[in-house]
Amino acid sequence: MELKLPPLAETGETLTGAEIAIRCLQEEGVEFVFGYPGGAVLFIYDALFKQKKVKHILVRHEQGALHAADGYARATGRPGVALVTSGPGVTNAVTGIATAYMDSIPMVVVTGQVPTRAIGEDAFQECDTVGITRPCVKHNFLVKDVNELAITMKKAFHIATTGRPGPVLVDIPKDVSQQSARFHYPEKISLRSYSPVVKGHGGQIKKAMQLLLEAKRPMIYVGGGAILGEASHEVTELVRLLDYPCTNTLMGLGAFPASDKRFVGMLGMHGTVEANMAMQNCDVLLAVGARFDDRVIGNPAHFAAGSAGRKIVHIDVDPSSISKRVRVDVPIVGHVKDVLAELIALLRASKEKPDAAALAAWWDQIGSWRAKDCLKYDRNAKIIKPQFVIEKLWEVTKGDAYVTSDVGQHQMWAAQFYRFEKPRRWINSGGLGTMGVGLPYAMGVKLAFPKADVACVTGEASVQMCIQELSTCKQYHLPVKLVNLNNRYMGMVRQWQEFFHGNRYSESYMDALPDFVKLAEAYGHVGMRVEKPGDVEGALREAFSLKDRLVFLDIITDQTENVFPMVPGGKGMSEMILSEDL
Amino acid sequence: MRHILSILVENEAGALSRVAGLFSARGYNIESLTVAPTEDATMSRMTIVTTGSDEIVEQITKQLNKLVDVVKVVDLSEGRHIERELMLVKVRAAGKDREEMKRTADIFRGRIIDVTDKSYTIELTGTTDKLDAFLEALDKGAILETVRTGVSGIGRGEWVLKA
Repeated sequence: MELKLPPLAETGETLTGAEIAIRCLQEEGVEFVFGYPGGAVLFIYDALFKQKKVKHILVRHEQGALHAADGYARATGRPGVALVTSGPGVTNAVTGIATAYMDSIPMVVVTGQVPTRAIGEDAFQECDTVGITRPCVKHNFLVKDVNELAITMKKAFHIATTGRPGPVLVDIPKDVSQQSARFHYPEKISLRSYSPVVKGHGGQIKKAMQLLLEAKRPMIYVGGGAILGEASHEVTELVRLLDYPCTNTLMGLGAFPASDKRFVGMLGMHGTVEANMAMQNCDVLLAVGARFDDRVIGNPAHFAAGSAGRKIVHIDVDPSSISKRVRVDVPIVGHVKDVLAELIALLRASKEKPDAAALAAWWDQIGSWRAKDCLKYDRNAKIIKPQFVIEKLWEVTKGDAYVTSDVGQHQMWAAQFYRFEKPRRWINSGGLGTMGVGLPYAMGVKLAFPKADVACVTGEASVQMCIQELSTCKQYHLPVKLVNLNNRYMGMVRQWQEFFHGNRYSESYMDALPDFVKLAEAYGHVGMRVEKPGDVEGALREAFSLKDRLVFLDIITDQTENVFPMVPGGKGMSEMILSEDL
Repeated sequence: MRHILSILVENEAGALSRVAGLFSARGYNIESLTVAPTEDATMSRMTIVTTGSDEIVEQITKQLNKLVDVVKVVDLSEGRHIERELMLVKVRAAGKDREEMKRTADIFRGRIIDVTDKSYTIELTGTTDKLDAFLEALDKGAILETVRTGVSGIGRGEWVLKA
């Protein structure tokens, strides 16, 4: 006779849906949940109240919760978790979800929903959460049966953190959080419709090796995938082994150390001359965890025409990133870390070596592009130059701070002038380009690494988009340092208007800015204003010496400074505008 | 070029909107889309007819595969395959046209499945091309109503699409 075992789900203790949700977070080792309570999540908040393992961080706006969880995930590599209520809680969270989605950040977002019987009746605080978020999540679930909750949470964490990571949302109706079920959390899960490829194809890796060895003008282009895939070590080893030039994208900064002489700087719309010209003119390009997006290579037709016969090898965990904008010769789908390790092993075992003479000539060529010194700016200016502030920030923090940023000119200057040595130190919104992320990102980072220096490089426009989180910083004692490059303009908008719209500064000037020093003080923090270049370093040193205080440095910078080099939208990467051209 | 994609998806609420949403969000064409459960009730099979360059169809296939609910995607037009579409047409069939209508339906191997003294409802199965040809063969004024299922496709021979 067959022995009848009860189904797994019935072997555990009986818990409410709300308790199950929290227990799942505990089982996943979640340290922090960033959230905001409301009607549909009251049972979940009650379950949260009755335990100590998972710490809840109460933000001041749901957008802040998502960004903070996202920042935590970017800095640690572990999934960020957010909890918000139905309706407006969800719609406020959407910007944060989309931001994480565009940069492939692992997150699990738990949302409350109106009770199942009320779904579709236009109930109070109802919205079609799975419908609204569908295009900006990796996957989402509506849990209609409490017996399915634990397994759904497991699926959510599994999907969020494997393959190309991304946010996964679990929508829990209020009655489901109230009902009871036996709790069993599966250790492993397999989904027949979801099994991302991890191991690269051996034959393709061999082809890649062959191409790299035959290269006369090689280039290694490293994107955010190398950071998400923890492949920084392998990237560094490969570049040094071959002695080839390496560039990092905005999302890849820190994947290869900026201090290495083989680093040619960031590439793209505001990339260095040497990085962009090497991309355009190379004969073999190795792309690692990057996606040839519009801000990186500009016009794909111009890029394709740049170097006749250029061969491209592309390693990425997501097949859809390969040959999307640029046709690739050797696609390798797999985990970048493992593929690079295999590639390095093959190169070490190979008797062939790179063509030393060709490489020397290529480095000479790159040297001549470098000699343009494209990031130069007026160091003797009487008014504070924003680039100078970032250089001083780098000095004062010994290049070892976590730097978050908002979006705009300050973001580009931070990317260009804070020379990142390590992965996960540069936290910014690259894909969606979300103003307002900087402060909540800094919160998430500071919670993860309380002893580390955390600087938020921001601007007076961006910072006001999530300024309410200064209050959260007070509540949880998060002594981050805000470096506000205050030029009284939406700088990047102003720059485009100057270049492409005949100096018509349509709505890019902000009148009636708050007194940021007083504002910081009103929230219980320290505010400082800096107006002279000579005071920048001292102010930064003082700010970072105040270990247990949040300091808001309001730095009055040159209103007319622009970010150079610049590849205008739709142009090719070698068609850069340089500061000396104007 | 025209492509016929066969897609196995989890029979979950929302799977259809994920697929349809992908096409609209990325600006891909859908000429027709059919979907119904398979012999395995946990899975549905979709047939999507789309047009685009090889690059675009490659992207469509990759993006579809990326959807968590999608189990398998095959481009049937890459190999030998059979495609069929079902159409129901209600036509005017009165007086002297009544016999002619019957004859035209017979030529196209259509079946008359409903009759009134003024109309026929004709069922016709075949390729999209054949159904188009039938409509063209009819006097425009005689067509009262048409409904088509869109294309369903299957590979030729012993090859099968399995999860």
